[in-house]
Amino acid sequence: MSETHAVATESRGPLEYATKDGQMKIFGFWVFLGAEVVLFSCLFAVYLAYLHHTAGGPTAHDLYEVKGFLIETLLLLTSSFTCGLGTHELRRRNKAGVLAWLLITLLFGLGFIGMEVKEFVDYVGEGATLSTSAFLSSFYILVGTHGAHVSLGILWMIAVMIQLGLYGINPVTARKAFIVGLYWHFLDVVWVFIFTAVYLTGLVL
Amino acid sequence: MEKNQSFTHDDHHGFPWKHIIGFILSLVLTFAALFVVLSGALPTTMTLAAIVVLAIFQVLVQLLMFMHLNEHEGAFQTISMAFGFLIALAVVAGSIWVMSFGM
Amino acid sequence: MENIKDFLLHDFFVTGEPMIYMADVAIILVSLAIVFVLTYFKKWKWLWKEWLTTVDHKKIGIMYIIAALAMLFRGGADGLLMRAQLALPNLHFLNAQHYNEIFTTHGTIMIFFMAMPFLFGLINVAMPLQIGARDVAFPYLNAISFWLFFFGALLFNLSFVIGGSPDAGWTSYTPLAEKGLDPGVGENYYLIGLQLSGIGTLASGINFIVTILKMRAPGMTLMKMPMFTWASLITSVIIVFAFPVLTVALAMLTIDRLFGAHFFTADSGGMPMMWANLFWIWGHPEVYIVILPAFGIFSEVISTFAGKKLFGYKAMVWSMIVICVLSFFVWVHHFFAMGAGPAVNSFFGVSTMLIAIPTGVKIFNWLLTLYKAKIRFTTANLWALAFIPNFVIGGITGVMLAVVPADFQYHNSYFLIAHFHYVLIAGTVFAVFAGLHYWWPKMFGHMLNERLGKWAFWIFVIGFNVCFLPMHFVGLMGMTRRLYTYPADLGWTPWNFIETIGAFAMGVAFIIMVYNIYWSARYGERDTTGDPWNGRTLEWAVSSPAPEYNFATIPEVKSLDAFWEMKKNGEVEKWRKQPLEPIHMPDNSYRPFVISVLFFIAGFGFVFEWLWLGVIGLIGVFLCLALRSFEKDEGHHIPVEEIERTERAAGRL
Repeated sequence: MSETHAVATESRGPLEYATKDGQMKIFGFWVFLGAEVVLFSCLFAVYLAYLHHTAGGPTAHDLYEVKGFLIETLLLLTSSFTCGLGTHELRRRNKAGVLAWLLITLLFGLGFIGMEVKEFVDYVGEGATLSTSAFLSSFYILVGTHGAHVSLGILWMIAVMIQLGLYGINPVTARKAFIVGLYWHFLDVVWVFIFTAVYLTGLVL
Repeated sequence: MEKNQSFTHDDHHGFPWKHIIGFILSLVLTFAALFVVLSGALPTTMTLAAIVVLAIFQVLVQLLMFMHLNEHEGAFQTISMAFGFLIALAVVAGSIWVMSFGM
Repeated sequence: MENIKDFLLHDFFVTGEPMIYMADVAIILVSLAIVFVLTYFKKWKWLWKEWLTTVDHKKIGIMYIIAALAMLFRGGADGLLMRAQLALPNLHFLNAQHYNEIFTTHGTIMIFFMAMPFLFGLINVAMPLQIGARDVAFPYLNAISFWLFFFGALLFNLSFVIGGSPDAGWTSYTPLAEKGLDPGVGENYYLIGLQLSGIGTLASGINFIVTILKMRAPGMTLMKMPMFTWASLITSVIIVFAFPVLTVALAMLTIDRLFGAHFFTADSGGMPMMWANLFWIWGHPEVYIVILPAFGIFSEVISTFAGKKLFGYKAMVWSMIVICVLSFFVWVHHFFAMGAGPAVNSFFGVSTMLIAIPTGVKIFNWLLTLYKAKIRFTTANLWALAFIPNFVIGGITGVMLAVVPADFQYHNSYFLIAHFHYVLIAGTVFAVFAGLHYWWPKMFGHMLNERLGKWAFWIFVIGFNVCFLPMHFVGLMGMTRRLYTYPADLGWTPWNFIETIGAFAMGVAFIIMVYNIYWSARYGERDTTGDPWNGRTLEWAVSSPAPEYNFATIPEVKSLDAFWEMKKNGEVEKWRKQPLEPIHMPDNSYRPFVISVLFFIAGFGFVFEWLWLGVIGLIGVFLCLALRSFEKDEGHHIPVEEIERTERAAGRL
């Protein structure tokens, strides 16, 4: 077990993979993402099954607006891109670059959350609440769970940025930054499906 | 036992090409899907098929270009994601089928 | 003041039930006794340092097993209460509500808080040793998994005396389990206790996968791993992809009950059947989660006591992989009769029959391992041998149940109860008893008594068959599941009476096993070599009990049955004499325990719909996560002198 803690054994490769511990944690996180895929699939399954179970209340057609969900999509997608640029800077061992791109990522993320909160508040104002119908229960839980994941990601990313600021880029902080990046990218992957199966489908079906 | 793994060494220096291409492709695929839906050009089933295919492509783009899925333990990681998506498909398709008994 | 008194007497403490008053008294007395003993023997610090804050997989494994044995007692008591009521017709010492609560807690406890922790305990104890590792990949997370299980189980068990037990069955079907038909907190305990415990399970699944794939000793390729390790790996894969479904189902029903959503309600567009759908998408893989490690244990025990390599290693591995994949495609067979229609039912009927095939392959391979072998009939092996015919009975009735039109008759009758008890008890329970006897010396340094073990074995297996075989017949005669009493003129009485005798025999066997544990702790034969069974796998290469660091030097593996080959080739001494280096081990941590307490507090709040308490608990959890993130866990080194001392004391140097 002596190679698992933070002594870099390879100076050329990315720092986050330099220790056994880092490799295992990154791999473990991919396994966790596999579990998250199944978690979201249940939310999608229920949402799609209940698409027309609107109980006389507001429907997808009544509620979804292209401008709103398009902007949300672009904010999140861009934030995933900027997060990737952060990882790129991480591999260049450029601390200032990492922090700058992560900060921009965060701001886009906050923008996304802000728009989503407004979206939910507007819907509630139109009489579309969690307890109105099965369709709405599933909408709020699917999109809300994603939003909660993003919010948690924002807090997590702040914690990682603080540690990068305090300790610089070493195998441990590199691993943490890489993993929060994986998490962030994954949330955009899920959003691609939300954009498709919730918002676009809502306009079609 | 630990074979050393494939890293994208071009990530260390120079331009983040992979990320930029990934970003542009994702934008294109997003707007394509939106266009298919808003134009109403295709019949419903084909529209749905089209946007699902576009979504799958975008997800693959993002898994490979943003998330470096095939780096390091690429094989196990890819299997993990693939199995996850297989189960996801079973859950979504299976649930819709099981629950569609014409109430 | 009146309101508080009213609340406490009617909704908080369970009142008016003599049995529960007795339970209250018992709980208070036992708690006081524990506090007294710990104080008198000055063991608080020891408890904290050695057990509550440990991250050592061997200790975590032992704690899982202790908890599982306690839960076996409670779940078993529930079972005996049911059998007592059903021994004769028209008994009412348990009213219908009591009976509902008892069969609910019986099933939930046996699956979630007995079978799974027992298996996880054995995996924790044995698997890292089998692969030549010093611990699991994420020891801190491992501790969190245990304490989340512990506090989830504690929360669930608390319902008995505070608020009232859940009563909607271990399957908690809607719309019965919704607020409209099941107000009160009992069902909330079910939903939240399992949610807590489930987080721990998912974490363990991830932990074990990474451990097995990344921490094997040099030379141990995947196809040279012990079969129990393979079983643990595949089980962990199933866990990772199945448990999120349970998480979602539990959360949705919780949100229905607490926040008025409509996932499974009978109105406003909800579909109660959706619960059954989601529950069983998780639920079928779950039964493979509890059986695959059992298969792994049997593979180890049978090959060890046959003195032969396991027959058909590759087929054994592939059959488990096939089971893993197929297990996600059979779930509707749990509710053929719910109305999904012939197309759906046909598909799932066929897939269910298919999944019997890989298990059949395994049975033949075990038989072929035993063929022409010089079999040693130790207690562990008796459990394994008894598994074969008894489990096959359960498997065969499973195929009968897969015949969809026939299932419309069998479903939810005692025939079904017979089926799943045959596969669960002859499968999982026999396995954990086998594993307990087999790995006991490795855990504690002494053997369990063979004579007591064999008495317990025979009484249990005979009692088990006396209890559950007649259930096939009385089920075919029309006796339905979850009946709290039955009339006298249906011809069910003699069978039920016999079944009750069998059940109490199992209870007697359990008492003998507990006595065995006590007796062996005092007088049991010490295991001085570390290899009491002439074992084949690496856990037998270290002393008993295993030292903190497991292996003084990590062995180099050249083949399957690594330790057996080392002994055969005379390499053991040479390996033991290798030069030593300091060993890096992780530090203990108080935080897994604390984070679980906070989750417990949050859970308690949500159970009683005191959202403020729930939120406070969750904030505490997040603070712990943040503290962990900012912590620098460097671990510590065990110096060479200490390793030498330990190895010398074990007679290795």
